[in-house]
This record gives sequence, C-alpha cells and structure tokens, in this order.
Amino acid sequence: MKYFRLIWAGLWRKKARTILTMLSIVVAFFLFGMLQGVNQGFNEVVQNLNVNRLYTSAKTNMVDGLPISYLSRLKSVPGVMHVSHWTYFGGYFREAKNAIPAFATDPRELFAIYEEIKINPEYLDAMERTRTGALVSEQLANTYGWKIGDRIPIGTSIWTKKDGSNTWYFDIVGTFDPSGSVNIPPFYINYDYYDEAKAFGHGVVHYYIIGIDDPRNATRVAKAIDTQFENSMNETRTQTESQLAQMQLKQIGDINFIVNSIVGAVLFTLLFLTANTMMQSVRERIPELAVLKTLGFSDGKVLTLVLVEAGALCIVAALIGLAVAAVTFPLLKVILGNLPMPLIVVAMGVGLAILLALLSGLPPAIRAQRLNIVDALAGR
Amino acid sequence: MSPIVSLRNVKKSYVRGKQKVEVLHGVDLEIASGEFLALMGPSGSGKTTLLNLIAGLDQPTSGEVVVAGQRIDRLSRGALAAWRARHIGFIFQFYNLLPVLTAEANVEVPLLLTNLSRAERKQRVKIALELVGLADRAKHKPNELSGGQQQRVAIARAIVSDPTLLVCDEPTGDLDRQNAEEIMALLQALNRSQGKTIVMVTHDPRAASYASRELHLDKGQLADAVAHA
Repeated sequence: MKYFRLIWAGLWRKKARTILTMLSIVVAFFLFGMLQGVNQGFNEVVQNLNVNRLYTSAKTNMVDGLPISYLSRLKSVPGVMHVSHWTYFGGYFREAKNAIPAFATDPRELFAIYEEIKINPEYLDAMERTRTGALVSEQLANTYGWKIGDRIPIGTSIWTKKDGSNTWYFDIVGTFDPSGSVNIPPFYINYDYYDEAKAFGHGVVHYYIIGIDDPRNATRVAKAIDTQFENSMNETRTQTESQLAQMQLKQIGDINFIVNSIVGAVLFTLLFLTANTMMQSVRERIPELAVLKTLGFSDGKVLTLVLVEAGALCIVAALIGLAVAAVTFPLLKVILGNLPMPLIVVAMGVGLAILLALLSGLPPAIRAQRLNIVDALAGR
Repeated sequence: MSPIVSLRNVKKSYVRGKQKVEVLHGVDLEIASGEFLALMGPSGSGKTTLLNLIAGLDQPTSGEVVVAGQRIDRLSRGALAAWRARHIGFIFQFYNLLPVLTAEANVEVPLLLTNLSRAERKQRVKIALELVGLADRAKHKPNELSGGQQQRVAIARAIVSDPTLLVCDEPTGDLDRQNAEEIMALLQALNRSQGKTIVMVTHDPRAASYASRELHLDKGQLADAVAHA
C-alpha cells in the first residue's frame, strides 16, 4: 500500500494517454461483457430448459404444421403424460408496431406441461367456459393496461376470419406469471375457437408439446413418436426442449464462434495497444527507474512496480467496462428474458484483464528489471 | 579510526563496441568517517566510475571495495540494492527528482524501503525538508521549484534515511554561482554538524574548496592530494 502513490503517479504521468488507453479497455470489456453475456446466457437458457418436455413438429418445416388428428395418437404413446400444442397466431394490438406473439393452444394441457408457470386454476376453468377467452402474461397485461374482463381487439395479417374480418376480439379471462420459465409466449387463445373461426388452414397445429413421465425416457419416447408417423404424409421430428433451442440458435448462426471471434479480435488489438502504452511509459521513465534503483529499489521491486501499474490500468478499466455491461445487460431481456449477467462472464473478464495486464506489462517490466543503473543514468 | 571507504587495487574496464576501455588502473583509496572528499579531474579521468563503485552502483573488474565494513564488490545485484538503501545517499547533477511527485513525496521514496510507519516517514521527511530549508515547499512538484530548490530536495532525499555515506556527482554542475555556493554550504554543514561522510565528484575548484580533502584523478589513477583546513 505504501507504494500506491508511486504507482498512481506513474500511471497518471501522461494523463491523456492513460485516459485514452483506459477508455479503450473499458469499451473492449464492455463489449466482452455484453457479447459473452449473451453467449453464456443462451447456454444457461439451453442448460436450464426442461427435460420432461418434447416438441414434435413437421419433419420438413415447422411452418408446414401437423394435423390436429395426431393428438390422440400422441397421447397413446407409452411414457406420454400430457399433450398440448401451439399454433402461431401472431397479431398486433391497435397498431402493427404493438406486436403480440399470440398462440392458439389447449390451455389446460399446456399449463399442466409447463407446471413451473404460476396460474390460478380458476383462470383455466374460465378459459374453458369462454371460447373467445385469452390468457396473458402479467407483464404483457401491465404493458397495455389490460385487466381481466377486458375485451381487446387483436389484428392479424395472417388469419382472416370466416366473416372476412382481420380483427379478432378476445376476452381476457386470466393472467399468469411466466417468470419461472424461459421465453414462453405471453398470449394464449383457445385453439378450438381459433380453428373454427378462421377462414382457411383448418385442423393444423405448428408444434405438439409433450409432457413425459421420466426424462430418462425422452430419447425412447421421441423415437417412438417419429417412428409412428414415419412414411406418413406428415412425418414428424421430435426433440427435447434443449435440442429445439439449440436448433433455433443455430438458425441465427454459430453464436459461440461469432462472439469468440469478435472478442478475440478486440482483445488481441487491445493487447498491442496496452503493451505499446506500457512500453512507451517505461521508455520515458528509464532515468526515473534508474534513480529508484540507485536509491535501493531491487530489480524485483522495480519489475513489480511496473507490473502492478499495468495491472491497475487493465484491471480497473476492465472492471469499469464489466460493471457498465452488467448494468446494461438487463436491457437485453427481449432476447434472454430476465436473466442477469452470468457471474462466469465477470470471472472470465477479470481473468482476461489479469492476463492482459501480464502480457502487456511483462515486456516493459522485464526491461525495467534488467536496467543497468550506470548506463541508464548516462543516457546510454 | 578505520576508514569508512577502502579501495584496494581497484580496476575497471568497459567494453564499448569491440573496444575494451580501461577506466581505472588499480586505484587505492581510503576515506575516513566524517570526511568530506572532493574528487577532481578532467573529463574521462574515471571520477564518476570511481564514485559509482564506492556507491555500489557498479562492480569493479578486479580489486576490493569495502564500504561501511562490507565488501561490496562481492555482493549480488539484489544484496547491493538493499545495501545501497541502508548506506548510500546519492545526489545527482541534474537532481533526478521524480517529476510526478511532490517534494515531500520525493523525499519519502527511500523511506518506502524501510519498515517505518507512515507517521514516522512523514516525520522524517519533515525534518529533512526543514534541514535543507524547504519545509514551506513540501507540496510543490519539481517543475514548481528552482534548480537550487530542486537540488535541496534531492539532498533531503539523500539524507532522509540517515545513510552512512553521501555520494554527490557534480552537485553544483547545473546551478548558478549563488545557488552552487548555497548547496555547497549546505553539504559542508551536513558534514560538519551532522558528521556526514561525503564523497563528491566535481569539476569546480570553488565547490571542491568546501571539502576537507581534494583528490585528483587522471587517466584512471589517483594523483596528488590536497588537504583543506
């Protein structure tokens, strides 16, 4: 601690240079925090997905859908406990910019499968009683100020009604708290009503969601389902929740590779920048370092002073960058849900900052350590 | 009284490019405790080399260097650094203060190598600055001080850890006449009132006149000695 003033003074010898270098490190680690946060966040989401659920879609393309008639056959597969389904309705509230990711489903079965989602059973009863009923997440209801009993218009550019209208009216019969689940759609309507009321595409669902008795049976049950519909008009592809999520992520791209490439390039550039700053700083201070040695500072102590200086520069700036990323990260909830920045990202960031400090600080530190006092004082 | 500095047949040579340059040719020298010695001689005579050997900044090619009872020509770099911290106060021609630190922080630097508490260090720094007459400039940075004041801060830094030996390399070389005389008077006072042993390299006969003994070095060998009153 008694060397703090010496280190601090050395660090701020050229204020503008130090500030600019620090800013570069802050920005780089902010970027690192956000990108790795998203990457790790996706991984965590995938790892935490439920293993009791299977998803069955058309083998060729999810949009093609599967017949609703598969429902009873799926229920008869050994190991299957519940079967529900999702059919994308889409829609918007009042204006196209207020997109509502609505899905038609069998609510009772759906919430039996998604047992981690909290919903009052009375709302499920109400949903069964009300053909035009809708269940919405508390968050979505708060966003638009909807209350139970409200009748709301949902426009759609896909599903025209039999009467030619593109506006559907739904009665909100209940809300649910989706915080226990990841990325569950926030708006559900009754499939039966939707299927009857729409003008075309009847009897089709986009996904079957299947609750099984034991996660250890997942592979067997999935295979049994796909075998059952093999060589039919609508062959199926059954996946676990994490397989489905990974497949969807791959459609975006190899996120891990993209993130690592960007972060790697940024940190590699940063390494040269910081190393150059430290080299220049030490080069300018050779007479001062020689004076310290003259006064009795050992080679090791001088090496440590330069290394600590590099460490202070890198680690303080990296922590600021990571802190800004941690504060900003929740803004990505649209992508990741309410997920805080994973702690592993902060740990990785600190580790990288230490590595950066060592790699950029070591060459000038070794130069300072090997400094010959007589030559340095003579300006040789 | 046993000498505080004793050099026996000290030789020093450097290799510059492909050439070996003999700087000191078997120097024998003894400096008594409490002495104020001025080393004079033309440029390239080996004065600074001799001073560096006495201060433990450099090692002789051969010969024996004993300072404060320690044979320093056999010490490792690390041990020599620790020895310098305990025994040597160095005063440079161009002051060599750390520009980013205040006067008091500069003076405190050698004390960072000791086990003194912060309060003790502060107390010692205060005394050293008072001794050189710069207590009122403690918070000033070197670029806010005149050349003479900077050299006083350097002297305070040299004496703050109460070293055995003060080593001065052209301490007035960068100062005008008046400041030079003030600095020399200060060194003389430190020698006379505090009993500090001082070895000083100088070109300036006026500065050398403050010393108690004057030695001339020529082509790497000690020549005549002059004793002052």
